[in-house]
Amino acid sequence: MENSHTTTAVHTDDGHSFSTKAIWRTFWILLIITVVELALAILYYETDFLPKHFLNGIFVIGTLAKAFFIIAEFMHLRYENRNLIMSIGVPAMLFIWFLLAFLWDGNSYKNLRNRYDSHYVDKYKAQPKEKEGEKKTEEGKKPGVE
Amino acid sequence: MAQAVPAGQKWWAGGRSPFNVEYGKLMMWYFLMSDAFTFGAFLISYGTIRFSSNSWPDPNEVFRSFPIIGEMKIPLAFVSLMTFILIMSSVTMVLAVGAGHNNDKKSVMKWMFFTILGGLAFLGCQAWEWTHLHGEGAWWGRNPFMNINGSPSSTNFTNFFFTITGFHGFHVFSGVIINIIMLIMTWRGVFERRGHYLMIEKAGLYWHFVDLVWVFVFTCFYLL
Repeated sequence: MENSHTTTAVHTDDGHSFSTKAIWRTFWILLIITVVELALAILYYETDFLPKHFLNGIFVIGTLAKAFFIIAEFMHLRYENRNLIMSIGVPAMLFIWFLLAFLWDGNSYKNLRNRYDSHYVDKYKAQPKEKEGEKKTEEGKKPGVE
Repeated sequence: MAQAVPAGQKWWAGGRSPFNVEYGKLMMWYFLMSDAFTFGAFLISYGTIRFSSNSWPDPNEVFRSFPIIGEMKIPLAFVSLMTFILIMSSVTMVLAVGAGHNNDKKSVMKWMFFTILGGLAFLGCQAWEWTHLHGEGAWWGRNPFMNINGSPSSTNFTNFFFTITGFHGFHVFSGVIINIIMLIMTWRGVFERRGHYLMIEKAGLYWHFVDLVWVFVFTCFYLL
């Protein structure tokens, strides 16, 4: 059944010709970011030259950059209608809250559990490693972790 | 930049698609949004459990193997290969879509063929990785690896690994099937008769999404 022409008129003109050059340029960018991430990961494994948290930040930024390139160029979203871009971009902002809230929750669960886990307290009594001042107002009821 | 809007253009006045794409393409985008949240939920739950754990296996130790060569001094080599294969197949997919714009049936077929090949290669690699890890004793409910701090690791690690890579692999598999169908349709001249290759574009969106998810899975499991 042919349905692609039953929609109302669609302007298939992109306003720019399909550019193979941009595609290959995107490929190289993705490749270089990936190679750099891997090099850093291996370097860290061998030498511990940077704190892991800092390295993780680099990985996350690199991943987001790759994501934006794939979506914008490969999936062509950059050249689409503003309405479509917003339809994708605005709900995606939910991910920010999603990620922060759940990671914060997980971390809080770990801290609370450690504080009240006598085995853990005995083992690590020497160092008050976990933040004792951790807020107790987190209402995260995480499912049990073995 | 987004498409320039001629003066007086009313996108929401009716009589046209406000998103300036055909129905099928818009629906594919909506589906991809829903799938993105599904994968996002999986990955964020993985992050939550990991954040709630005192320690976790070191991916550099767990993922050191490579087919034929065996143990590598360089960890993560195999997964780098998998990432490269998938990105390459995304590039060939875009080239297929581009050829479709030029109504170049032969090139569309050529690039779709390479995309399918890349997808199959990725699946093969993932199957090898699973087989290898299973051989080392890892599976849902079984985790032979130690945490970084030396404590015994919980089965969360393997449960999440196999579930998420399995779910992703399933998407790659279905994507390969879709691409094969696209190739056959192209070969039989279906799109030639229609006068456009929009269906290839929609399949392309799905394939790029699969690649996009892999970028995140790769980061979460192997890098972070």
